[in-house]
Amino acid sequence: MAVIRLTINERPYTVDADPQSSLLTVLRENLDLTGSKYGCGEGQCGACTVLIDGKAQRSCITRVGAVSQKRITTIEGLASGEKLHPVQEAFLEAGAMQCGYCTSGMIMSAVALLKRNPQPKESEIITFMDGNVCRCGTYARIVSAIQKAAKAATASSAAKGAVR
Amino acid sequence: MSAKIHSQIPLEPERYELSAAPPYRFDLDRRDFFKFLGAGVLVVSVLKPAILAQESGGARRRGDSLPKEVDAWLHLGESGKVTVYTGKAEMGQNIRTSLSQAVAEELHVPIENVEMVMGDTQLTPFDMGTFGSRTTPTMNLQLRKVAAVARETLIGLAATQWQTDRLHLIAADGKVTDPQNKRSVEFAALTKGKQLTQTVSEETPLAPATNWRVAGQSTLKVDGRDFVTGRHRYPSDQKLPDMLYGKVLRPPAFGATLISVDTQKAEQAGASVVHDGNFVGIAAAGSESAAAALAAIHAEWKSEPQPSSKELFDYLRKSTVEGKDPTGDGDRYDVGAVDQALSAADHRLQQTYTVSYIAHVPLEPRAALAKWDGDNLTVWTGTQRPFGVRGQLAEAFRIPEDHVRVLMPDTGSGYGGKHSGETAIEAARLARAAKRPVKVVWTREEEFTWAYFRPAGVIDVTSGVRGDGTITAWEFHNYNSGSAGIRTYYEIPNQRIVFHESNSPLRQGSYRALAATANHFARESHMDELAHAVKMDPLEFRMKNLKDERLRAVFEAAAKQFGWGKSKAAGQGFGMGGGYEKLGNIATFAEVRVDQKSGDVKVVRVVSAFECGAIVNPDGLRNQIEGSNVQGLGGALFEAIEFDNGKILNGRLSEYRVPRFSDLPVLETVLLNRKDIPSVGAGECPMVGLAPAIANAIFDATGVRLRSLPMVPDGLKVS
Repeated sequence: MAVIRLTINERPYTVDADPQSSLLTVLRENLDLTGSKYGCGEGQCGACTVLIDGKAQRSCITRVGAVSQKRITTIEGLASGEKLHPVQEAFLEAGAMQCGYCTSGMIMSAVALLKRNPQPKESEIITFMDGNVCRCGTYARIVSAIQKAAKAATASSAAKGAVR
Repeated sequence: MSAKIHSQIPLEPERYELSAAPPYRFDLDRRDFFKFLGAGVLVVSVLKPAILAQESGGARRRGDSLPKEVDAWLHLGESGKVTVYTGKAEMGQNIRTSLSQAVAEELHVPIENVEMVMGDTQLTPFDMGTFGSRTTPTMNLQLRKVAAVARETLIGLAATQWQTDRLHLIAADGKVTDPQNKRSVEFAALTKGKQLTQTVSEETPLAPATNWRVAGQSTLKVDGRDFVTGRHRYPSDQKLPDMLYGKVLRPPAFGATLISVDTQKAEQAGASVVHDGNFVGIAAAGSESAAAALAAIHAEWKSEPQPSSKELFDYLRKSTVEGKDPTGDGDRYDVGAVDQALSAADHRLQQTYTVSYIAHVPLEPRAALAKWDGDNLTVWTGTQRPFGVRGQLAEAFRIPEDHVRVLMPDTGSGYGGKHSGETAIEAARLARAAKRPVKVVWTREEEFTWAYFRPAGVIDVTSGVRGDGTITAWEFHNYNSGSAGIRTYYEIPNQRIVFHESNSPLRQGSYRALAATANHFARESHMDELAHAVKMDPLEFRMKNLKDERLRAVFEAAAKQFGWGKSKAAGQGFGMGGGYEKLGNIATFAEVRVDQKSGDVKVVRVVSAFECGAIVNPDGLRNQIEGSNVQGLGGALFEAIEFDNGKILNGRLSEYRVPRFSDLPVLETVLLNRKDIPSVGAGECPMVGLAPAIANAIFDATGVRLRSLPMVPDGLKVS
């Protein structure tokens, strides 16, 4: 066991954990941040996806000791207050879920994708998202949600540009 | 332990589970209701009122006792808040939304005012479980009646208050209005201080689908916001103060018995250890420390030799259950004289089709949190049968059912895979020993190994057809996979259809569309083979032998949308499959592209036409159909459980391929909205046409006929 300092959703946390523990276990069990889900434990399904320094990572195969100096964002940190992140909004509007268990991971991956590539082509979305599994089969809706979010972001930055 | 305690999962819900009645029925006391719910109007939905009327003098009963045979109730509180209680379970099929629509429609309140309390054995009426596409045809209808009675009661209250004829009054938007005298009163004002109980009768008038305003409209998941923010707590997210995390020691093979076990090291590590017969489990402060303690246990097991997936289909054929006469329960259907008709046929065709065991792989594995208060047990768990799990817990711990409460927080999917209560029993056993709440969440490997599978099966079809394309004889034998969807909807004068039960080498149970997928795959593939035998277009051949109007309509609609008959490029293939299942009608057309060099098969486009009566939630329905097609790709193309000697060989997501984004075809859905026909479910039927449509398209592209599911686990081998 060791004292580990973490920065999650722009808040500092101190946990007493084995540095070899998975980040997912620490998020869920030590910090009660249960929005990140366990699906496979081997980085194959993406339900546990979080952002580490802005990049999508599988928290189930990330050692907590390795991320103490990094900025971690989980699904709980996306919205600002009651205002949803545009990707969350787009998933809602597109009805891009059934049971919703993959949704946190899907949204986190999508946020990372749009950060890197604000206007992804459909084929780029599919390639980037291929590591996230939705067993209910809502892939088509998730693709359209990501396209919606990309469009909304463009529209909003265009509007900002016009004001400036 | 689990293998012994859990009674075997019935092969077919429609053959066994639907007849399962609760062992006890308790009187409901209306005073208890109002004590718990607060004052207001309570409407109770009574099952089979006609039968009850004969047996016990109808729904009106003496004193404060309510009828026992209740399947739902609605409470309209003093604040105007509507709370509906049903034992149904939400796992992604979005019935929390479609049932709220039904209530909002008839009660004339905004959908936001409706709260559904679901799958809580203490608060909701008994329910057999959420499976078999039963929610929409049964519970949706019952809740519409409940809400209609509540509405009529409120109109009656307003009429009394205003001393006017109720026929002048209308209910709308949470108010009763008197348009003539331009006055209105909120529902809340009418319910204030009341303790009124009403029961639903069979005659309760309902709004026809043509007049629907809330039902019939696309409605997004009512609590969707909780899911996109990560706020929703699934069973595996539940937490209690002082809770421990449990792990259970698994045998190295199915059916193994424990010879010896040394738990000293685990105990030294500070874990709470339970050794009770074949059950060995650990509870510790964290899931990783529990896993470490579990790994420190040394155990010896004894197991018997068992069959492997390589010899599966021979095994199923040879291991039919002796002495079981396949009669009754729809296991055998005979009409006409099959043998004579076969000998007289212009063309005869005999083929065998097989389907493998597949796993449900619900993204949330089984999970349960258990807590004891003296002899009272409370368990939060992900299950399609909260009341069934309550019964399993009562049996396992030898306590009365009314000492057990099972709650089902909306779970991370099921697909028929969460009928049983393994984790509930494991968590409860560990919690009893630790004297603290214990949560057990299965690993993906445990979920793959210790849950149950969709049955594998072998299907033999022998048919006879006249030169003009009229099918004259049809013999169909299904070994093990089940009898759902076994009957043919084509007009054939001579039929012999038999389901043969086998000794399954793996634990098997329900699965979305269950045996209907296998039976439709065999039937609809065979139909294509027959069409080619008589050199007819597969669509024309089907239509020649099909009278059912609703089924013809979906085939015609899908063919039109697909553009059946258009010319194709090299490597491209078109095919169709369809049928009737769980009261719905589906036709699926698929376009595939086969890379002849690499053997890579890609399903490029899927067109589905579906008809399930009056549509409650069009977008929710499309979502279910799209999901059926995506999930169905796995079982059709590449999913199969490999096993040997009591071990699962590919029980991880890195070894068992499920459909991903890159497998996604273009999905087009045509909805046939029959407002004149009662609504039925849609979670299962849309899946059954896909596998044969793909098989027939692959044949169209390559001339290779694939008769085993999955068809191309390693790509297409073109010899």
